[in-house]
Amino acid sequence: MSTSDSSQLEAELVTQAKELLTQLESGHSVEAMKTISSLHLTREQFLFQEVGKLTRSLHDAIKNFHMDTTLDLGDVTELSRMEDASDRLNYVITMTERAANRTMDMVEDTMPLSNQLGERARRIKPEWERLMRRQMSPEEFRNLYKDVLAFLDSTNDDASKIESNLSNILLAQDFQDLTGQVIKKVITLVREVESNLVHLVRMAATVDQIAGFKHELAPAPSECPLGPEGPIVNPEKRTDVVNGQDEVDALLSSLGF
Amino acid sequence: MEAALNKNMKILIVDDFSTMRRIIKNLLRDLGYTNTHEADDGSSALPVLKGSDFDFLITDWNMPGMTGIELLKAVRADDKLRTLPVLMVTAEAKREQIIEAAQAGVNGYVVKPFTAQALKEKIEKIFERVEA
Repeated sequence: MSTSDSSQLEAELVTQAKELLTQLESGHSVEAMKTISSLHLTREQFLFQEVGKLTRSLHDAIKNFHMDTTLDLGDVTELSRMEDASDRLNYVITMTERAANRTMDMVEDTMPLSNQLGERARRIKPEWERLMRRQMSPEEFRNLYKDVLAFLDSTNDDASKIESNLSNILLAQDFQDLTGQVIKKVITLVREVESNLVHLVRMAATVDQIAGFKHELAPAPSECPLGPEGPIVNPEKRTDVVNGQDEVDALLSSLGF
Repeated sequence: MEAALNKNMKILIVDDFSTMRRIIKNLLRDLGYTNTHEADDGSSALPVLKGSDFDFLITDWNMPGMTGIELLKAVRADDKLRTLPVLMVTAEAKREQIIEAAQAGVNGYVVKPFTAQALKEKIEKIFERVEA
């Protein structure tokens, strides 16, 4: 409740309470009863006013996020921002999967080429060494220089293919820019949702205050959630996680596993 | 029992992300293990394990249907699969998780992101233990 509202309420109540006291002390019981009714009425009015503000804020929040509700809140044909956020995150999964597979395709294509280069060099080398030791017959030498030419040509071709693959791997990393942009949008949305919720909670607290409600609030979830969490994004801030394979191994062997 | 570190051993790779299954499959192939099969969840992996003769199970932890830890426990509870060597490859790095897996009978635990070397060492370690 804004301070002007709450001080206004208090001022009203104080005025009426003082009137009540005066009326009771001077024996004007009928007027006193009327004043008691007025006090109730004042409180009710403020209560309804605050509830009205709360519902209005809820409506605004729902409209703001274009949430999918069955109430007719205007243009619900537009995609709910929650659904939009889900779509965006699914897009990130799709993009990263595609990039990973594309990169692996390039790697799988390049490995055999690289192997083959090494393989051919290893085959030719001992022959070349024999030549250098002058242990080769003219016939064998003729074969060798054909082999070497073929080797030089195939190496050239393989190198081109490998370069092309490496270039494609580089290009496949373009997902990071696109997914980064999308994720930033979702972060913005999440922050807005949080801010809206906090605002709503504040309004609800005001309503509680006027109505005299005291809620049994559930305890906040403990710092470290139980159960699997997926990849830990901030290990520096955690004391319950290990950092890297070495620490895993150390933990297990310290326990006798 | 068949010879431990046999390059032809039948391996089941279980992870809900196909890219991770592909990475592990490729790394295994680079190490000489080509007899690999895949499942995308603990719930589809268990019947596959029961219905065939696998020598090695590599599984993730976080999966939507049946998690890796549940799969591990189910494997250890099954008469036929009880002694199946199991390696967990997972992003789960909390101490209590690691201990839970060890107590449930996992043979090796590799955290993501991992190196080819780490995977190789853990596999060799598991089978040298099995042999002993």
